[in-house]
Amino acid sequence: MAQPECCQSEKNREPWITGALDTPSGEIPIVSTTLDKKDRMGRLRARVSGFRMRYTVKPGLYAAGRPNADSPILVSTNYKLSFDILRSSIEGLDAYLLVLDTKGINVWCAAGKGTFGTEELVSRIRSTNLERIVRHRRIVLPQLGAPGVRAHVVRKETRFRVSYGPVYARDIPKYLENGFRATDAMRTVRFTLKERFVLTPMEIVPGYKKYLVYCAAVFVLFGLQPEGILFRPALTGGLHFVFLGALGILAGGVLTPLLLPVLPFRSFSLKGLVTGLIVCAVYWALLLRGAGMGIHITAMVFLLFPALSSYFALNFTGSTPFTGMSGVKKEVKAAVPVYIVSASVSLVLFTLYKIETWGIP
Amino acid sequence: MKYLKKVVTLEIDTGMCTGCGMCIEVCPRGVFVLFEKKASVKDRDLCLECGACEANCEFGALRVGRGVGCASAIIGSMISGREPVCECSGKDGGFCC
Repeated sequence: MAQPECCQSEKNREPWITGALDTPSGEIPIVSTTLDKKDRMGRLRARVSGFRMRYTVKPGLYAAGRPNADSPILVSTNYKLSFDILRSSIEGLDAYLLVLDTKGINVWCAAGKGTFGTEELVSRIRSTNLERIVRHRRIVLPQLGAPGVRAHVVRKETRFRVSYGPVYARDIPKYLENGFRATDAMRTVRFTLKERFVLTPMEIVPGYKKYLVYCAAVFVLFGLQPEGILFRPALTGGLHFVFLGALGILAGGVLTPLLLPVLPFRSFSLKGLVTGLIVCAVYWALLLRGAGMGIHITAMVFLLFPALSSYFALNFTGSTPFTGMSGVKKEVKAAVPVYIVSASVSLVLFTLYKIETWGIP
Repeated sequence: MKYLKKVVTLEIDTGMCTGCGMCIEVCPRGVFVLFEKKASVKDRDLCLECGACEANCEFGALRVGRGVGCASAIIGSMISGREPVCECSGKDGGFCC
């Protein structure tokens, strides 16, 4: 099928556009409701890297299937990952997809910022001439967009009534079948193991440069001897700290999110402290106990790396659908001073260790 | 899963509530129930202060101190002295909430 006029320019020729639909206010692109290899690769890249920040689609009106004047209108964001989830969830349905300009941010985060919001929705309804394309006056929004939207204001401004659909796009066909009614289960956000797992790469990947700096610092500090920087002590002591640093990050940024519901305490920093202590204890029992590193280093290991794990776990609050600002503020106020103290004491312990190994009386 | 106990700032003004049920529709955590034709809080600790109920209450019956529930944003705001903002739209792909 030919590309629609709206999408012929080089930049907008997207492989997931399969044709064009004539509407009373001009042609709109028809989208595929199945994902291809390129979409799946894009999804993977968006999950693990900064690529997510440029993974966008053009805002505007799209068609899935062959919608007519009575077909439902589903509102989405221009983050392609979100848009792909929507279009692949409505295979076989005839619907309009109204894509808002959320600067490539997902529904929930954009609603928090207000870019998925009343103003953008109202102006997008107007600029796409929705009232000429459909006979009805109802638009379906993802429920997680509700924090950014004032439904009664949208109605007053555009006469379109906002119906909040289910949390998950996969429930949309059921929701439409039910006559725009979501069950309690469809309204409730979950946070399953898989949902937590896909978020973990972005908990640890953005910090890799800092980790490399840390590794370099560790080798230098362990290698530092009265004679200069020596290779052997740098390696014997330094390697343990390089591994423990990585393990601390993994304990807080990956293990804690995965084990979230089974770990004790509600506080994320305490959950992270638990995983950090466990990981450190295992490492100590297997590799450190017989290494003759001395009491200062042992104490430092159990002080520093559980705190590191705790810090990464605390940061995971930003990725969950159940941590509110009041709680996180309370936790940050309690945890950050502890981190500062444990880092300071670690520094003292390390200095004592160096003094001891150098044989300064 | 629930977060910390007794920190949530959600308030209902029952006098303003008309029992329309919009807060029940928009809440992603099932915080509200309809009790004697008024919205009522079933479990405060479930609330994540997203602000959906307040934004969509036509009658101004709900108040919640909304904001980003994200530690790195809050630590950032403690350092900079500004309001906590999510780094989602950061230039170099800062990690998102």
